[in-house]
Amino acid sequence: MPTIKNLDDLKRIREEALEKRKLKTASGNVQVVVGMGTCGIAAGARETMKAILDTIEKENLSGITVTQTGCIGLCEREPIVMVTVGEEPKVTYGKVTPEVARRILKDHVGAGKIVEDHKIAM
Amino acid sequence: MKYYRSHVLVCVDPDCLRKGAHEALDAFQDELVAQGLIDEVQVLETSRIGACSQGPEMMVYPEGVHYAGYTVDDIPYIVEEHFLKGRVAKKFELPAETAIDEELSAPTPKEVRVVLRNCGKIDPENIEDYIAEDGYMGLAKALTSMTPEQVIDEVLASGLRGRGGAGFPTAKKWQFCRASTGQVKYVICNADEGDPGAFMNRRVLEGDPHAVIEGMIIAAYAIGSSQGYVYCRAEYPIAVQTLNIAIEQARTMGFLGQNILGTDFSFDLEVRMGAGAFVCGEETALMASIEGKRGEPRPRPPFPAVSGLWAKPSNVNNVETYANVPQIITNGAAWYAGFGTEKSKGTKTFALAGDVKHTGLIEVPFGLSLREVVFDVGGGIKDDKGFKAIQTGGPMGGCLPEAYLDLPVDYESLTAAGSMMGSGGLVVMDDETCMVDIARFFMEFTQEESCGKCTPCRVGTKRILEILDRICGGEGREGDIELLETLCEQIKQDSLCGLGQGAPTPVVSTLKHFREEYEIHIREKRCPARVCKALIRYEILPDFCTGCTVCARNCPTGAITGERRQAHLIDVDTCIRCGICMQVCNFNAIVIR
Amino acid sequence: MTIATVDGKVVLEAVDKAVKEHGATIDELIPILNDVNRALGYLPANALDEISRRLRVPKSQLFSVSSFYRMFSTKPRGKHVIQFCESAPCHVVGGRQVWASLLDHLKIGPGETSQDGKWTLVTTSCLGVCGVGPVIIIDDDIYGNVTPDQVAEILARYGETRE
Repeated sequence: MPTIKNLDDLKRIREEALEKRKLKTASGNVQVVVGMGTCGIAAGARETMKAILDTIEKENLSGITVTQTGCIGLCEREPIVMVTVGEEPKVTYGKVTPEVARRILKDHVGAGKIVEDHKIAM
Repeated sequence: MKYYRSHVLVCVDPDCLRKGAHEALDAFQDELVAQGLIDEVQVLETSRIGACSQGPEMMVYPEGVHYAGYTVDDIPYIVEEHFLKGRVAKKFELPAETAIDEELSAPTPKEVRVVLRNCGKIDPENIEDYIAEDGYMGLAKALTSMTPEQVIDEVLASGLRGRGGAGFPTAKKWQFCRASTGQVKYVICNADEGDPGAFMNRRVLEGDPHAVIEGMIIAAYAIGSSQGYVYCRAEYPIAVQTLNIAIEQARTMGFLGQNILGTDFSFDLEVRMGAGAFVCGEETALMASIEGKRGEPRPRPPFPAVSGLWAKPSNVNNVETYANVPQIITNGAAWYAGFGTEKSKGTKTFALAGDVKHTGLIEVPFGLSLREVVFDVGGGIKDDKGFKAIQTGGPMGGCLPEAYLDLPVDYESLTAAGSMMGSGGLVVMDDETCMVDIARFFMEFTQEESCGKCTPCRVGTKRILEILDRICGGEGREGDIELLETLCEQIKQDSLCGLGQGAPTPVVSTLKHFREEYEIHIREKRCPARVCKALIRYEILPDFCTGCTVCARNCPTGAITGERRQAHLIDVDTCIRCGICMQVCNFNAIVIR
Repeated sequence: MTIATVDGKVVLEAVDKAVKEHGATIDELIPILNDVNRALGYLPANALDEISRRLRVPKSQLFSVSSFYRMFSTKPRGKHVIQFCESAPCHVVGGRQVWASLLDHLKIGPGETSQDGKWTLVTTSCLGVCGVGPVIIIDDDIYGNVTPDQVAEILARYGETRE
């Protein structure tokens, strides 16, 4: 990580971070974000995360970035998983059990079909 | 049932109607008939697809194509393209993103996100994510183009008040601390969020830790401090972990440490974990705890700004207060002061919990009414039961009945109504809640959490709890209500810190707004909400009972007797009112009297 | 009442590690107690003796601090510590029934340890995950949306039950 010594450094890092983000979406990569706040974990987000990573490994899927985020404020729908495929709009899923997570990877990420029954129309 | 290959949802919201939705709909039907498609395409009226502003609009399924902005004359083209030729009528297609974005904000347009803007959006363990969202820009602006006095003036102009509950103007606190003599000063973040049901700070710490860190660095610059502490409760291990990662990253990048951003300002930060004591949320108790002592409060003055941690001038603010600061500096005081009411500026996060449909965290501008918060943002009462009360301000806050629902949520209004803002816990109670039981419940909490240092709080809360236990236990006496009132008044006046002073509030407020319930408990030995165990009886309705024996077999005390296929009976003396029989009965034959 | 002790060597190691990590000063007392309590499951008397020596803090002060905070225990605890959130939001969404179920399964009361040393049941203040209440924590595992029926199944994850 670089050290930031002045305002210009900060601006440059900001631009770079934004650029990185753009590249990720433009390359058609899939971003899977799991809500890993305490509430998510209490509702089983660790198992969900594990199922996602396991499936990616087992099925040898590529081009998928899995990251975590904090609580998004819909605690009663936890565990929550957000999926962005390339430049398509982000889809937020609620009550994602390991089984639902596998369905999301198969149907949504794999075949472009949104798993409607777990989608949160916020 | 008829099978359609396509379903078309046409929005008939007022906005779309004004723009000719009905005319377009009629034209659409006509065109389908003309093309012989009427048996293949079903047209349905709907509302809120999400782009009324560009209406009229419709959604075509199963493809999920969103069309908007057409007129009657464009209908033949759309029908031909989409339903005959099977391709999207590009000219009127709405990019999916626009549609979804509007949809996302649809149910709670009353929310405004300042503090929570990044929560759930960025990876809290990646500082670059925060920087991409203009993170540390406020700090850079403060350090490179503002004097400490100008920073304080900007925060003063924004109207920011302490989000920990007391609502003291933040900039005033900073001014006092800056004016205090002494070389060593401390900046402390109170992350000892102990109010049951309130977890706004946890969310910020876990979701956007850098906002808090940046706010603290700016405060340190304004005050003239070079060392800070975040005091986080031990019940939040994940928040502590996230915070530590964030501090480490900020240090590596040079936002913490020596000569920040190339200036001669230096500051560093450390996390201190509590060990489970509610009273440590009180600032003087918190500082005692950082010093390695029992977390007991001490009388003020001297205020922390004069003599705080290790007797040095210290500034203590809440997590949410600090998290607001970077954006006030980045966007300016006027922007921030644009939200809220005259005396309560900006936004406030609340934890909405209890019997409300959407529990969770919300952030709204001050001045919204409680009704809007409960029904518009929270979606109303769970299972469509009735509203009974809302408790604001945490365990030392008051319970307000329906008559107060139109009260604006701001510091002054809630205090005037006999409750308080507190740190932002909102517990909604439905009409099956017993208010005496609730008062007893909160008293149990404060009695347990009383640190024991001062007598009114230590002994007084115990006595109140004994009386409430008695009332709920069916042994209430005439005069108990008056005794409660006297005790509450004395504890409120004579206690050392906010815990004792606030402890009686749930009792005082329920006595004020739900006095009848106390009276019925005491005089008629009855619990109208059927909650207090000693005051209820379980009974089997002979007409509904089939004599299946399930209840008798499940009763832990053998209180249920009866022959197979005959109505059963519960022995009131043996019954411990555990409610298991009611849960297992398949015929709804068991009721509470 | 005397405070139970555990094997001197284990205690020494735990205290040593904590003091090294945080430094031997009074303002690091709470982090040190936290680490030792975590490592040993509670704060045995000989651990407090050792900390008192290292930090040059009177034992009376150590006892005063370790008895003040809820997270510290001066009594031995069971192999698994169950924390039950007793705060209002959990209470109103069925916490009471879960509590009854816990008592029923464990056959011990709040603050007690089962005879076989397997379980200790304590109540805790709000854990801040009210959106998924009722909530219980067993050791470091947090369980949300708990129903009375699930209690047996959750407990079973920690090896055989008491029998």
